[in-house]
Amino acid sequence: MSDTGFKNSILPVTAVCLAILLIWSIASVWLNTPWQKDVFKRAGAENVGAVEFVKATMAQERPKLPSPQQVAVEVYNTTVKKKVTSKRSLIYHSKITLSSALLGFAMGTLLGIVLSVAIVYNRALRKSLMPWIITSQTIPILAIAPMIILVLNSVGVQGLVPKAFISMYLSFFPIVVGMVKGLNSPDIGHMDLMRTYSATNWQSFWKLRLPSSLPYLFTSMKIAIAISIVGAVVAELPTGAVAGLGARLLAGSYYGQTIQIWSALVMASILAGGLVWIVDIIGRLVTKRMGLNHA
Amino acid sequence: MLDSTVAPKALERFLYLSALCFGVLALGLLLLQFFGKPLLVSTSLLVIVAAIVGYKLSFHNSAMAAVWLLATSSLAAAFLLLFLSDIESQGAVGFAFWFLVIASWVLAWASVSRFTEINTLSRGVNAALSILIPLIFGVWLLLLWEFVTKGHDVPKVLLPAPSDIADRFMHSIPTLWADFKQTFIKSVLTGYIMGCSAGFLVAILIDRSPFLKAGLLPVGNLVAALPIVGVAPIMVMWFGFDWQSKAAVVVVMTFFPMLVNTVAGLSAASRIQLDLMNTYAANYWQTLFKLRLPEALPFIFNALKINSTLALIGAIVAEFFGTPIVGMGFRISTEVGKMNVDLVWAEIAVAALAGSLFYGLIALLERLVTFWHPSMRAAAR
Repeated sequence: MSDTGFKNSILPVTAVCLAILLIWSIASVWLNTPWQKDVFKRAGAENVGAVEFVKATMAQERPKLPSPQQVAVEVYNTTVKKKVTSKRSLIYHSKITLSSALLGFAMGTLLGIVLSVAIVYNRALRKSLMPWIITSQTIPILAIAPMIILVLNSVGVQGLVPKAFISMYLSFFPIVVGMVKGLNSPDIGHMDLMRTYSATNWQSFWKLRLPSSLPYLFTSMKIAIAISIVGAVVAELPTGAVAGLGARLLAGSYYGQTIQIWSALVMASILAGGLVWIVDIIGRLVTKRMGLNHA
Repeated sequence: MLDSTVAPKALERFLYLSALCFGVLALGLLLLQFFGKPLLVSTSLLVIVAAIVGYKLSFHNSAMAAVWLLATSSLAAAFLLLFLSDIESQGAVGFAFWFLVIASWVLAWASVSRFTEINTLSRGVNAALSILIPLIFGVWLLLLWEFVTKGHDVPKVLLPAPSDIADRFMHSIPTLWADFKQTFIKSVLTGYIMGCSAGFLVAILIDRSPFLKAGLLPVGNLVAALPIVGVAPIMVMWFGFDWQSKAAVVVVMTFFPMLVNTVAGLSAASRIQLDLMNTYAANYWQTLFKLRLPEALPFIFNALKINSTLALIGAIVAEFFGTPIVGMGFRISTEVGKMNVDLVWAEIAVAALAGSLFYGLIALLERLVTFWHPSMRAAAR
C-alpha cells in the first residue's frame, strides 16, 4: 500500500475515514434528538438555537449513539489520564484481554503448525482429519465458550487459560489451512531436486518445505491474531468476568453506559489493528531477509 | 479396479503390533481374574485375531484388510459398549477395559490407514471413501468420549457422555425447535440475507468509482479484522430484546466480508476478456452480467461461506446481552447456570448441525453454480 502513492491510496482512504466520521456525527445527532427534545421540554426551554441543540445532542450523559469526540475523549481519559493499575483504566483492561488473546494465539499457532505438518506427512490423517477441521469451524465455538470455561473451571483451571483456549480454537484453523497449502507449495522441480540430493524427509522439510511455507504462515497469522482478539473479548462475556474489554462491554450494557461500550470497542479495534500491523511488519522483515521479497 | 497393494509402512506396522500387545495384555489381566468378565475375554480374543489377520491381509489386499479391520474394530467397540451398559453389575472397569479400548481404537486407525492406500479410478469408490474415512474418525471420537466419560464415571455436570446428550436431545425436541426457530430462522437467516445483499449491492455501486474503491477497500479490510461482535450490546439497546437486534448484529457482521470479497471478485475478469466484451460492443450492464459477475462468483461464494459461520456466532453472542426467554444463546447461558449441562450440549449439537448444514448447502450450491470454474474442476479431479 505504501508505494502506490498519495493520490492512489492515502487520499481516498482519508476521504473515506472522514466520511465515516461525518456520517457517525450526523447519525448521533439524529438518534439523540428525541431524547434531547424531551430534556429541553421538561426544562421549559422553548427556543433553543440550532447550534446549541446540536451541541447538546453530542454531549449527553447516556446517548443512544455517542458522538465521535465523546468516544475519543473517553478513550483519552481512560488511557492517558488514568493510572495503568486503576480498575477504570482501559489500558488495564486491554492488558488482560491482550494477554489471553496472545496466549491463545501462540497455542493456536503451535497447534496449527503441528497439525499441518502431521497432515502433510500422513495420508491417513490428511483424509480423516481435514474434513473435521473444516467442520469444526462451522460450529459456533463462541456458543460453547461458557461450557469450556465452566468445564475448565471445575477442573481447577482458572483465569487466563480458559479464555486462551477459545482464542486457540478460533486461531488454529487459518494456520492449518494456510500451512497445509504452504508446506505443499514447493514445486515438483524443487522437490525432485531434493530427492536427487538424496535428502531425507527431515532435511527437505527444514530446507525446502518450511522456508517456502513462511509467506503463507504470516498471511494466516494475520487472520489468526485478529480472531484471537475476538475470541478473548467474547470469552469474557459469559463468565461475568470482572476485568477485560469484554467485561467492560458487558458492564456498559448492564448500566446503559454507551460511551463506555463504544470506547471499549474502539480500544479492541485499535488492539486488533495494531497486532495485525505488527505481524505484517514482522512477516515483511522475515520474508525480505529470506529473499522472498516478491511474495 | 484395484491397484497394486502398498505394503504397510513402519507406523502402520507399529499399529498392528500395539493392538496385538494390548490385546494380549488385556487377556493376561483377565486371566488373573479367572475370566470373571466373559464379554471382555471375547473382546480381547477378537482384537488379537483381528490384529494378526489384518497384518497378514495388509500385504495382499488393501481393500480386504481395511474392511476386515473396520468390521472387527466396530465389533470390539460394540462389545465394549455392551460391557459399559451394565457396568453397575460389573463393578468398576479395570485396566483390561482400557487396554481393549486402546487396542480397538488402534485397529480402527489401521483400517483408516488401509482405506487411504486404496488406489482406484472409480469415482463412486473414491466418493464413498472420502465420506467413510472422516466418518470413522468422527465416530471414534464419539466412542472415545463415551468410553472415557462412562468408564471413568465423569460427573454429568462436567462432561456428559454422548449417549446422555442424545437422550436429552430426544426428550427436549420441542424446546430445541423453539430455540432453533428463534435464533436460526428469525435472526440468522434474516440478518444473513439482508447483510449479504447489502454488501453485494454496495460493492457493485462502489465498483463504478475507482476513488471510492481505493478508499473503501483498505477500510473494509481493516473492519473485517475488527471484533465486530462487540456491537451486540449496542444493537440490543437500539432494536430491543427480540430477534430484530440479533438480525442487526448479523447484518453488520456479514456486510463487510461480502463487500470486500465482491469488490475483489469484480476485478477478477482479465484484461483480455474485458477487451473481448468491448469488441462485442457490450455495454456496462452486459459486461457486468455476462462476464464480471460470473467471474466474481467464487469470491462471492467465499464470502457467503465465511458469513454462514459468522452469522450464527453473531446471533448467539447477541443473545448473551438480553433476549426474550427463547433462543439458543439464551438457553445455553441459563442452562449452564442451572447445571443442566446435557441440555447445553444438546443445544450445541443443534448449533453445530445447523452450522454445518448451512455451510454444506452453500458449498453444494457453489458446486452447482460454478462447476465451470477452473478451481472447481481442479477440486473435482
